[in-house]
Amino acid sequence: MSEVKGTGRVKRGMAEMLKGGVIMDVVNAEQAKIAEDAGAVAVMALERVPADIRAQGGVARMSDPDMIEKIQAAVSIPVMAKARIGHFVEAQVLQSLGVDYIDESEVLTPADYENHIDKWDFTIPFVCGATNLGEALRRINEGAAMIRSKGEAGTGDVSNAMQHMRKIGGEIRRLSSMREDELYVAAKELQAPYELVKEVAQSGKLPVVLFTAGGIATPADAALMMAMGADGVFIGSGIFKSGNPAQRAAACVKATTFWQDAKVVADASRGLGEAMVGINVADLPAPHRLADRGW
Amino acid sequence: MKVGVLSLQGDVREHVSALIACGIDPIEVRSESELAEIDALILPGGESTTIAQLSEIFGIYEPIKQRIEAGMPVYGSCAGMILLADSILDAKQGQKTFGGLDITVRRNAFGRQVDSFETDISFDDGSSDLIKAVFIRAPWVERVGVGVQVLASVDSHPVAVRSATLLATSFHPELTADHRIHRYFIEEVAKPALEKVK
Repeated sequence: MSEVKGTGRVKRGMAEMLKGGVIMDVVNAEQAKIAEDAGAVAVMALERVPADIRAQGGVARMSDPDMIEKIQAAVSIPVMAKARIGHFVEAQVLQSLGVDYIDESEVLTPADYENHIDKWDFTIPFVCGATNLGEALRRINEGAAMIRSKGEAGTGDVSNAMQHMRKIGGEIRRLSSMREDELYVAAKELQAPYELVKEVAQSGKLPVVLFTAGGIATPADAALMMAMGADGVFIGSGIFKSGNPAQRAAACVKATTFWQDAKVVADASRGLGEAMVGINVADLPAPHRLADRGW
Repeated sequence: MKVGVLSLQGDVREHVSALIACGIDPIEVRSESELAEIDALILPGGESTTIAQLSEIFGIYEPIKQRIEAGMPVYGSCAGMILLADSILDAKQGQKTFGGLDITVRRNAFGRQVDSFETDISFDDGSSDLIKAVFIRAPWVERVGVGVQVLASVDSHPVAVRSATLLATSFHPELTADHRIHRYFIEEVAKPALEKVK
């Protein structure tokens, strides 16, 4: 009886267990506990939420291992952490800490503007951001076991996440309607491996779990993303940059489960106090847009 | 037989597909009225803390507990095993379970995701064929009570157990194409249990 760790099934399977859930950004143990109590399926440990990274500027890096370990000790749910795009040593460090998932994230400042991390090299699974199907398939080809739409992190503006979900969904539907002999050109156009393109065309979905992220700030935002076909939701700045984090966190969890029931979403939306202030993505100068990082 | 899958969070879709492959037309259960329609239930893999909490918020925690006490056949994988256990170790403070199965389960006993693994194990259903078992941040059973039978173990830790009406595995047969465990639940657990009630 030999036990094999880090197989594709074990990595992708971990993401399957998170489906229908909300993963919340937290910066300390206290917030992690609030998230767990609210029903989060996992927490993302990071030093600054995207809204603060945006406000303070500078280079954003992997979090302090001490801080990650404190969060691991505080909660029983999975703990994820972010590494910079292409920074495989940060990823090795996170793996050595025993985090449950690594987010190779455009929210941090990229370490490599050409290559992403070779994620097949790791026992720990990776989630990566994507704005379209080709990008999602390139990440899966590099070993990502979970994909999230990028959205525009730290804005509280859901429009980019919406655009990315529509784009990914639309491109999948287009592949499904193609003749098999048209898939070669489709793969060329998507700049994605033919085998993955064929798999998506046949199954009508990504081969890994698809979450959504970036700008989700209200229960209705979370429900909207589920209605667009997301398997679950990442909420970054939206919770702990709002007036009443515990209540808003629980409300977003409810709306994610019962996204089909407008009455539940309505009830969850009542009396939450102030949502995060937010920035319109359209007002962001192009160089400050995080979703454009990664390729 | 009408079989439901508790659809609050987790790998619901995989259990639904496994049931369809076994010739069952499953019902996704989120409410008390959906619960009332079914004869047997599957508790999927996912986050046990989240599933327990959502079931309380949406008022189906007590109804499920009562149905289990009244003899409804239930199969739980991973988080589902935790939810069926009478007592749990390394739990979140105040974490509730539906209970019904006289076992003590240790959460995340095999470790974090870096320790998650797959392996081939024997399963005591009369067949000598090994079964592919996928363990993801998996629990194991630390104490087995009276009337609970161990069906599979890894390193002497029980990872599949059953009582007269309840079946629990720490691994995820729903992530593989082999539906032996689901068939075992339907044929050897649920059917005999429902026959008795009649």
